Amino acid sequence: MDAVMLSRLQFAVAVFFHFIFVPLTLGLSLLIAWMETKYVRTGDEIWRKHAKFWGKLFLINFTLGVVTGITLEFQFGTNWSRYSEYVGDIFGSLLAIEATVAFFLESTFLAVWHFGWKKLSKTAHCVCAWLVFIAGNLSAVWIILANGFMQNPSGFILRNGRAELTDFFAVVSNPYAWGMFCHNMLAAWLLAGFFVLGVSAWHLYRKNEHSEFFRKTFRMTAVFTFVMSLLVAVSGDLQGRNVAHHQPTKLAAMEGHWETGSNVPFYLFAVPDEANEKNSIEIIPLPGMVSFLSYGSFDAEVKGLKDFPKEDRPPVAPVFWSFRLMILLGSIFVLAGAWAFSQRKKDEPNEKLLRILPWLIPLPYFGLGLGWAVAEIGRQPWIVYNLMRTSDAVSPVDPTNILISLAAFIVVYTLLGILDICLLIKYARKGPEEV
Amino acid sequence: MLETIWFVLWALLWAMYFILDGFDLGIGSLLPFAARNEGERRVMFNSTGPFWDGNEVWLISAGGVTFAAFPKTYAVMFSALYVPLLLLLFTLILRAVSYEFRNKIDHPAWRSLWDWVHFLTNLVAAVLLGVAFANLFRGIPIDANGVFHGNLLTFLNFYGLAGGLFFLVMFALHGALWLCFKTKGELQERALAFVYLLWPLTLLCLVAFLWLTAFYTDLFKNYFANPALFLIPVVALVGLVGILVMLLRKKILLAWASSCVFIIGVTFFGVMGMFPRMLISSKDPAATLTAFNSASSELTLTIMLGVALVMVPIVLIYQFWAYRLFSHKLDPEQVVSDSHSY
Repeated sequence: MDAVMLSRLQFAVAVFFHFIFVPLTLGLSLLIAWMETKYVRTGDEIWRKHAKFWGKLFLINFTLGVVTGITLEFQFGTNWSRYSEYVGDIFGSLLAIEATVAFFLESTFLAVWHFGWKKLSKTAHCVCAWLVFIAGNLSAVWIILANGFMQNPSGFILRNGRAELTDFFAVVSNPYAWGMFCHNMLAAWLLAGFFVLGVSAWHLYRKNEHSEFFRKTFRMTAVFTFVMSLLVAVSGDLQGRNVAHHQPTKLAAMEGHWETGSNVPFYLFAVPDEANEKNSIEIIPLPGMVSFLSYGSFDAEVKGLKDFPKEDRPPVAPVFWSFRLMILLGSIFVLAGAWAFSQRKKDEPNEKLLRILPWLIPLPYFGLGLGWAVAEIGRQPWIVYNLMRTSDAVSPVDPTNILISLAAFIVVYTLLGILDICLLIKYARKGPEEV
Repeated sequence: MLETIWFVLWALLWAMYFILDGFDLGIGSLLPFAARNEGERRVMFNSTGPFWDGNEVWLISAGGVTFAAFPKTYAVMFSALYVPLLLLLFTLILRAVSYEFRNKIDHPAWRSLWDWVHFLTNLVAAVLLGVAFANLFRGIPIDANGVFHGNLLTFLNFYGLAGGLFFLVMFALHGALWLCFKTKGELQERALAFVYLLWPLTLLCLVAFLWLTAFYTDLFKNYFANPALFLIPVVALVGLVGILVMLLRKKILLAWASSCVFIIGVTFFGVMGMFPRMLISSKDPAATLTAFNSASSELTLTIMLGVALVMVPIVLIYQFWAYRLFSHKLDPEQVVSDSHSY
């Protein structure tokens, strides 16, 4: 394999692994801050116990998120030096701002929150929880603004053989990036909702000594998760229009859409055939749905893949299938969310639901991964859309070195991932500690 | 002018990283030597427990600022240092995990595993940082296209290894001082004994490293061209002597602060010797990257300067507050009984 493919694989491994841990951080910090606010307002000890119990899981999860994040920041230089040189003027500054504005805040106040239970007043401690939540999500803002520049570059001029910043406001107000941020953030909150719901359901199903404890979080997150599942769908729809507007090749790959035309149907099932530039199977068309979802009108014209030169098209199959699976998972989330919502007031919610919910915990993780696969593979062959090709971006590094580091990443990350998930399960099952 | 300001800020960010994560690395490297039992090991982990994560962000900032302010240096430096940098990343990953995992399963073998991981990763990270910076001072074989001609052994030259040893000893001294500050009783006495052992070693390493620097690098050129710069190594020396003076006056925190001054002095000594070069090519002087030929656009440098001038003081204030909040002394019994400790 060549350096480009190896570096792509390594980045994929590093970023997807990183993103196993990040979304829970983004969402669970909100739920913990909310729990602690309840404690401060009502003085009810059970909410303090909740904040501590979920906080422990948060920390086990957080550590791997942190360390895998450092790797990513350095990998632009180690593996994508031509890219870094070409767009560092814009991209680099967004990453640097993330560290100074958000990450310092998150790491410092998380430590204060965790170690400071006896050192701070109730209110001050609760403020720390909110700071951790704000900082984490603020960090996502800057990272996604940086990614948004790769998707829909704006606010720059080509000068001195590189992209130079001309309009910082255009970079930070990139509509494509904000669409991604909203969809991603809501999905991360949804993931945290299913996490808390699943763990609570596991205990409720067993009717163990913690039932009273977990009934509280079941109620709280049943509502939250249902609302989030709907908002994720809405934000996904809006982002779909962004994709149609800014990245027609990605949209065409997502939909397996080959021939330019108006009133383009959405096939409930289809199998794209890249070699012959068509879909080998297309059944149950929903007339005009792709046109409508992309441009808000059933008659709108949607460009097909054949209208773009072959070398400018993304690989169709992975984008198409990732998108389909994501939609399928999204639908499951709405249904499961609605079911949990309908059971929220019951002292003993439906047993089947309680048995299913823990098994749903991994699904949003896949959903988020698939969404990013659509975003990143769909952007190919560009590293910066219509500006720089991925194949021109790679470092002049010996492929053997990359092969070794890729193997090391796979081994170390797999081991750490398994250990971390085992610890999460262990502490989730153990339930709250007696104080 | 902007480029020069950013060059100095770049040096400052590295210095901040070294003084803050330096004591984490040092204490980790002393773990098997300073702690005699489980309680003491727990104290050592927790003496850096609330801080290591925030400290590590200074590394991310230093990396991020290299990327933002000097993208070409970032690109060529990080790809040339591919192998040592990835080794550093793996050690930092495992180091962080050792904090979080160690106390999560109550079994001696599990704990012993993570003690070893903690010790080795901190030790290797300290050495790697020294090796990397010594090689930056000396220059590395890159050509005008930013292609690196060498391998890991290129970095493990005599001067590079001397730098590694120097950083390890310097960080170990820095860590032993922090451990003194955070502990009492027997462990504190042992930490103090390490300080008295490591101090002369650090002095020896410093002298040897300076001598080797004159021999292997051209850093002193800047100093002879501009003798006012000699203030920097003088400050470093004052810091090193200050450690002893403060210890004799029983001011442990001030002794640690002196060690900070020493580390800042050492960092600036090297980096200002390089000025305005950031990545010296040992192959082709024309391929050398400087603050001027690798900087970002004026607009980016200006915006980033605004962000740095507002945010860095704020960060310093709340990190200082967090340090004060957790400045109390730890004792084994209390650490073991606290369910929040590592």
